[in-house]
Amino acid sequence: MLQGWVIVLTSFAYLGLLFAIAYYADRRADAGRSVIASPYIYSLSLGVYATAWTFYGSVGRAAADGVGFLPIYIGPTLMIALWWVVMRKIIRISKRNRITSLADFIASRYGKSALLGGLVTVIALVGILPYISLQLKAVSNSFSIVLQYPQIIMPASDATLPLLQDTAFWVALILAAFTILFGTRNLDAAEHHQGMVAAIAFESVVKLFAFLAVGAYITYGIYNGFGDVFERAAAVPKLSAMMTPLEGVAGGYASWMWLTILSMMAIMFLPRQFQVAVIENVDEKHLNKAIWLFPLYMIAINVFVLPIAFGGVMHFPSGSVDADTFVLTLPMVEKQELLVLLVFIGGLSAATGMVIVETIALSTMICNDLLMPILLRLKWLKLNERRDLTGLLLGIRRGAIVLMLLLGYVYFRLAGEAYALVSIGLISFAAVAQFAPAVFGGIFWKGGTRRGALWGLLAGFAVWFYTLLLPAIARSGWLPISLLEVGPFGIGLLNPQQLFGLTRLDHITHAMIWSMLANVSAYVCGSLWGEQSVSEHRQASLFVDVFKQAGEGEGARFWRGTASVPDLYRLLARFVGPAAAVAAIDGYTQSKGPRDPGEALQADAEFVHYVEIQLAGAIGAASARVMVASVVKEEALTLDDVREILDEASQVVVYSHRLEQKSRELEAATAELRIANERLTELDRLKDDFISTVTHELRTPLTSIRAFSEILLDDPEIELSQRSKFLGIITKEAERLSRLINQVLDLAKIESGAAEWEVSSIDMKELIADTAAGMSQLFTEKRIRVEVDLPSRVPAVTADFDRIVQVLLNLLSNATKFCNRDDAQIRIGLSEQGAYLRVGVFDNGPGISEGDQAAIFDKFRQGGDTLTGKPQGTGLGLHISRHIVERFGGKIWVESRPGQGACFYFTLPIAARPDQAPVAGAA
Amino acid sequence: MSKKILIVDDEPNIVTALEYLLQRSGYEVLVARDGEAALKLVDQHLPNLVLLDVMISVKSGYEVCQRMRERADWQHIKIIMLSAKGREAEVSKGLSLGADLYVTKPFSNKELVAKIDELLAPASNSGGV
Amino acid sequence: MDKFEVKARRLVALCMLGVLLFNYPMLALFNVAATVFGIPVLYAYIFVSWSLLIAGMAYVIESKN
Repeated sequence: MLQGWVIVLTSFAYLGLLFAIAYYADRRADAGRSVIASPYIYSLSLGVYATAWTFYGSVGRAAADGVGFLPIYIGPTLMIALWWVVMRKIIRISKRNRITSLADFIASRYGKSALLGGLVTVIALVGILPYISLQLKAVSNSFSIVLQYPQIIMPASDATLPLLQDTAFWVALILAAFTILFGTRNLDAAEHHQGMVAAIAFESVVKLFAFLAVGAYITYGIYNGFGDVFERAAAVPKLSAMMTPLEGVAGGYASWMWLTILSMMAIMFLPRQFQVAVIENVDEKHLNKAIWLFPLYMIAINVFVLPIAFGGVMHFPSGSVDADTFVLTLPMVEKQELLVLLVFIGGLSAATGMVIVETIALSTMICNDLLMPILLRLKWLKLNERRDLTGLLLGIRRGAIVLMLLLGYVYFRLAGEAYALVSIGLISFAAVAQFAPAVFGGIFWKGGTRRGALWGLLAGFAVWFYTLLLPAIARSGWLPISLLEVGPFGIGLLNPQQLFGLTRLDHITHAMIWSMLANVSAYVCGSLWGEQSVSEHRQASLFVDVFKQAGEGEGARFWRGTASVPDLYRLLARFVGPAAAVAAIDGYTQSKGPRDPGEALQADAEFVHYVEIQLAGAIGAASARVMVASVVKEEALTLDDVREILDEASQVVVYSHRLEQKSRELEAATAELRIANERLTELDRLKDDFISTVTHELRTPLTSIRAFSEILLDDPEIELSQRSKFLGIITKEAERLSRLINQVLDLAKIESGAAEWEVSSIDMKELIADTAAGMSQLFTEKRIRVEVDLPSRVPAVTADFDRIVQVLLNLLSNATKFCNRDDAQIRIGLSEQGAYLRVGVFDNGPGISEGDQAAIFDKFRQGGDTLTGKPQGTGLGLHISRHIVERFGGKIWVESRPGQGACFYFTLPIAARPDQAPVAGAA
Repeated sequence: MSKKILIVDDEPNIVTALEYLLQRSGYEVLVARDGEAALKLVDQHLPNLVLLDVMISVKSGYEVCQRMRERADWQHIKIIMLSAKGREAEVSKGLSLGADLYVTKPFSNKELVAKIDELLAPASNSGGV
Repeated sequence: MDKFEVKARRLVALCMLGVLLFNYPMLALFNVAATVFGIPVLYAYIFVSWSLLIAGMAYVIESKN
């Protein structure tokens, strides 16, 4: 049974497991064997995007307007396609400059402005609080519902419970304690929380598994698959109206589009997303896999949303059950206790994941970008005299986490019931979208200034506050509702949800249009107004040109002054602890090699910059700048100095680009040369082989000639009959030799392309008849029966007459050589085959084995005939024939089976006008 | 008893010439046209010397040479490789496979006969060139 | 052009394709009262084109040249 203690125990066991995973991952990280150095873990950790809002709220939204929940996941998919360009750059910049948070990023870009960092922190904090409260609401609601099992009772909506009996309050406290354990056990200069990332990745798996399990159960267990759900839904009037749902959404396609845009911004600028995607990224290459794995995760977690929503509406037609709870209540109705527990844990993991990462990210921002800059300026705190500030830093962060969760709880008590889950989340999305102009402008446009960023953020935030947060407060009853009905002071044009009379849009779209308009125009106008300061100019170039820079040392070029190493060491030790400071400085000196002892106490620009970057990792860029400035004597750079340095840099960049280009060209040239050389070597080898073969072929007849000549010469008393026999051999071999030489020369001519071709229109019928007639004497001598089978009319072909005769002669003389000795037969055929004329020469000789059929057309390859000894050919005839036939666009081949003779065919394309009367060959 | 020489070559005219030449010098002559026939004849007649062309069918001259050198009882048979292929690599391959002599075509009748005589002279042992 | 640049261009193109696929008028074309294999056309269209888009991104990222 699902008693209270079972649920509580399971929840704590689950949280304990999470903590164990985090602890293990941290230990492994300390030992230098990180478990999160994997693109898969990185992709899963991005899954922190799917919160309790996704887990419970998607179904709620789907039950209200069909596919309207999808832009929230499609937007990130579209954005992620741009990550290759955008996120790679942000990650590179953040690693170079030891950026610790989104606020730090924006502050650092605009001249390390503490004011800007503080503003970003405030916006993020105010914007995200509703979102955190949403998670508390989800966890406490799901807990209350499960507690009533097997009855289904919606949690009481009146917020009159005493504090200590309110689940949400305890949830807030437990999550706070848990987050502190996770994220602020110690201080890492780079703000890496490997344990947290490992736990988040695990949570992503759990919530996906739970959601797929419940989705599959409802779709295939309760219903008979997708088709069944939709078919039955179509019978319900309320649902059938949603089957083409976009029409039903307020604002229609415009709303859809703006939701997409909003989600594109959210995936970049929600503090928790920035934390896992940028700050916790351990390797830029992990982006590659994440770019397609994370969208895949989102598609998976959404497949079952609509079936669950429709199933819920059909199961609870009265509307007494909140659609946001269908994921939980459907398995409850079916009495699936284990599934209910699994869903509860899934929802818990979605909520805790979000809360942990979000509050850690925000606490870093509150500490580094809001409180430290203020505290360090307050002289009476005497912070400058404290030896070790790490305790203070940790204390601030822990306090911030507790404070945020309690504020989230307060928001939940005050305003939580006025909106559904999704609407609360979207208010937060719209808040963080305000960072988009400052960040995108900051990394692509050097002209963006601190003033522009300040103006833009202030304007965007103000409009957001007025059009989204104010109405939320009003609807909760803390402001007169007339504000929304008739506008402030009765001025309709200032109505927060219909600003300047812009109506017929849902309130998110409405707010986005106005806030983005205000934000972007203020950012651009502010940036164009007036000059950039020195440090802005420097930071702008460091950010925008990050891919053109050599490494971390780049920033050092902008610093001139004197400082002492011990001072810098003491400074670093105060903020990161002595051990970490020694380690950091050792790391630096080791990378630079031993220093001259005389210089050891004098810090150079690079070292100062290094310390500042290290410090930035602990307290943010703006505070680090202030602190370093307090211990070094800095020469102020003028804007001209900075420009000069930048010019130098760009000169160097131009040169190195040119050098790169040159070396690339050289490399390409080398590669080409190598290929050319390889080809020459290959050709050389071929030529060598050819010459070797030709020599061999020439030597064979020469051997006979020489041997017999010597015999005749040495032996004058040789018999007359033998003498004439030997002389006959000599003559024949000499003929063979000259034939061979002629063919080699002929082949060389054809292969080199030097052969001259006399092209004319040929009547093949006539050509074949003439050639066969020319050889008739030979046939008679050898007693060969020859059949010539010619059609009455054939179209003409275009080729070199003499060369075609050469091919035919070659085939015929081969046939005479090979045909059966006892009953010699040769057949010559001619036929039209489509666009070709085909000539066939058949002999009834021993045939050619299949393996040899292609090879006999190669140079010096002869059909083996073991019975009759070596054929008296040169081995070049067929090769030359192939060259000739292919020269005129034809083909030559042989068809044969051993023992059944062979048939050589060649084809020639019919001349362009087939209706033309055959023309006599130009012989 | 006259000594026996096996001629292995697939060029009929060259065989005719060699046959005439060796018979005139007083040798008994056997002829094979391919590698397999050659091995069969060696087995049947145990010739004193084999004149072996490299480019023959079924089994190449190299292969025949190698087979012959694998048989302990054939070690006394002299082998002269006769080939129109005269590149360094081919010559050394023939010799390394156990041929006593490698003669490139075309050859001088006198020199060839002299070398055969020398190889088959009673005093000479199995040493090569 | 180095391979980062090539991939960047292809991915930006895919993003634009996605913007076209998931907007008016493409959505309106499929926003009809009919089903394929029992699934509402719009729902099927969105999930299929979404999957194809992701497949395209995976292909661009993972291809070697």
